[in-house]
Amino acid sequence: MKFRQAWQRIVRMLVKEFIQTLRDPRMRFVLIGPPIIQMMVYGYAATYEVKHVTMALLDLDKTQESRDLIARFTGSQYFNLSPAHYATEPTQLRNWIDRGDVLLAVQIDSGFAQRLRNGQGAQVEVIVDSSNSNTALIALGYLSQTGAKFAQDYQIEALQRASPQQAAFMPQVDLETRPWFNEGLESKWFFVPGVICNLLLIMIMSLTSSAVVREREIGTLEQIMVTPIRRWEFIIGKTLPFYLIGIFDALLISLVGTLWFGVPFRGRVVVMAAGTLIFLLSSIGVGLFLSTISATQQQSMITAFFFIMPAVTLSGFATPISSMPPLWQKLSYLNPMRYFMIVVRGIYLKGVGFDVLWPQFLGMGIIGVTLLTISVLRFHKSLD
Amino acid sequence: MSPARIFAMMRKEITQVLRDPRSLLVILLMPVMQLVIYGYAVNLDVNHIPLCVYDRDDTQTSQELIKRFQATDYFTIVHVAHDYPDVLHQIDSGVATTAIVIPSQFDETLRSSGKAGVQLLIDASDSNSANVAMGYAQSIIQSYSSDILVDWEQQHGLPATGGGTVQFQARTWYNEDLESMANIVPGVVAMVMAVVGSFLTSLTIAREWERGTMEMLISTPVSALEIQIGKLVPYFFIGVMDTTLCAVMGVWWFGVPFRGSWIVMFSTSALFLTVVLSLGYYFSVVAKSQMAASQLAMLATFLPTFLLSGFLFPIDQMPKPVQWLSVILPARYYVEILRSVFLKGTSISLMTGQIVALTIISVILIALATRAFHKRLE
Repeated sequence: MKFRQAWQRIVRMLVKEFIQTLRDPRMRFVLIGPPIIQMMVYGYAATYEVKHVTMALLDLDKTQESRDLIARFTGSQYFNLSPAHYATEPTQLRNWIDRGDVLLAVQIDSGFAQRLRNGQGAQVEVIVDSSNSNTALIALGYLSQTGAKFAQDYQIEALQRASPQQAAFMPQVDLETRPWFNEGLESKWFFVPGVICNLLLIMIMSLTSSAVVREREIGTLEQIMVTPIRRWEFIIGKTLPFYLIGIFDALLISLVGTLWFGVPFRGRVVVMAAGTLIFLLSSIGVGLFLSTISATQQQSMITAFFFIMPAVTLSGFATPISSMPPLWQKLSYLNPMRYFMIVVRGIYLKGVGFDVLWPQFLGMGIIGVTLLTISVLRFHKSLD
Repeated sequence: MSPARIFAMMRKEITQVLRDPRSLLVILLMPVMQLVIYGYAVNLDVNHIPLCVYDRDDTQTSQELIKRFQATDYFTIVHVAHDYPDVLHQIDSGVATTAIVIPSQFDETLRSSGKAGVQLLIDASDSNSANVAMGYAQSIIQSYSSDILVDWEQQHGLPATGGGTVQFQARTWYNEDLESMANIVPGVVAMVMAVVGSFLTSLTIAREWERGTMEMLISTPVSALEIQIGKLVPYFFIGVMDTTLCAVMGVWWFGVPFRGSWIVMFSTSALFLTVVLSLGYYFSVVAKSQMAASQLAMLATFLPTFLLSGFLFPIDQMPKPVQWLSVILPARYYVEILRSVFLKGTSISLMTGQIVALTIISVILIALATRAFHKRLE
């Protein structure tokens, strides 16, 4: 009997919340349109892939060796060396870099081949536009890989010319790389699951953070206080709609990720569903907690934002957590997104299940339950 | 238009801002925190890649190779596996993202027939880090291979060819030390300003409607334009404070070069602020509820500035439709301007395109907001 009454009160609260949220046609749009649109745009935008590094070249050596090296650039899919960017003097290189026409300028000085033949190190001068340091680093990485491969091949050829019989027994270590889970090294496969996590967190957090405060600000909280509803019933009724909206949106954007972007979904849907539920629990926990410590919607939303920015940065979305300093790695355990990022990427790409992911589930669960409990305790059904 | 009424409106708005010191503090701390996180926590360089080692040979030669991996900062050996399933488990669970498997008879093969293969297993779900890790591993193996070749040549009395390497002497222009901070400061400034500017203003008009105080404002002689100016000016100053804070911290604390002129920096920042403030104002006029308005402002500023402005991910590598979309994004122009001002020190004449674009966007937004706001009850 008692339970039925409580249930009825929660349902009433739920209905009220749904009406309030969905009454506004703009709000209805906000819940469906933007998640899909954002998923599409950011799925494409977020990539570190640097293909076709535009480059310019000046060959002052003009030997077989220098031409061989250049052929490696023109033959590579990483570099884009157009015929218009063959320079005849060094100032041209500088101009092109200054104007932003090319990212990379390579100058092979005379004596390049001679030094190689002598078994000395040959140097090649390079100018990189590093105003985007990340792109510059990647371009330099491509360069040094090309150079190392060139040198190794050159060395082997030299030896084969010098003593063909012995060269057959020359010791050599080859590296056979096997990229797993993302065999084609598609940047999209990594970022699309990450975008799913971001969108969910931002939406749910900003919605829940203003949930309780809005009632307080508009003055309707007083009306609720005079009803027989208990505080935990109020909290459940208040958050359940966001929970359901979250599940709906998670489904929506996961479908876009799989159907539109073709990111493989290798795990089981059950694991993904469970992960999403626990993640929503933890982000609603954070949002609700912020809502209970704020007096106005402005306060709660600004505080929510204060949380979201570092949460996105420290989630491993754009940069690996393992390259962060130890202190920050420890801090990231407070961030529900950190766990969910591992869960979503694990399910999508690796196809792992509960046996591997349970620590992440536990982490999110602890955050969620703790914050929800604190929020219920902090929330008093009385005027202050 | 009466200056007295605008002034009164401003005073009301400032009083309201000051009455909520927590929000004000958060707004001023936000850029500082964001810079500290990016400056100290985020590292775009990939190093200390967790490596799992499975040495099936276990000879001095194979140990030697493992030591090469140990000696660099690129890899950190987190696990030594004793069978293959163990290796798989390490990668599946994410304890290690790379594993190196040295075959049995590695040493013997090198001595007799020459070519020995080493296997590198990589968790490539993060394709970028995987690519970098592969590059590092490749160069470690190549230098090792080259070293044993030199030894072998000496033993067999052959001419040394091992020294014939190619080195690229790179000069990095505009950002000599490849500091990612120099890259990040302009991005953070744009992100914080876009968010603070549009987010705060999106709440301001919607709050009046929601609380019912708009009716009181309507009953006063203040005009729509006066409300608009009076409401926006205080936030304009908060925005300017945030910009200054970011720039000063970036230059003095994190040592980002500042090669342009402060006048250019502040005048373009004022222009960008006008854009984002009008955007937030427009949303709050249209949405009339704080929740919907702030959701819209968040949608239009935070992620677009984070992902589409070119601050983290280069725009020219995005697909064409996404590049076209970024044309209407004000933050994109502002990031470009800031990058020139901080790193290149180019003159203002080279930024005409960006400044014109920002001006057009701001005029459109102001027109839209003014048209949408009616000083009457529905």
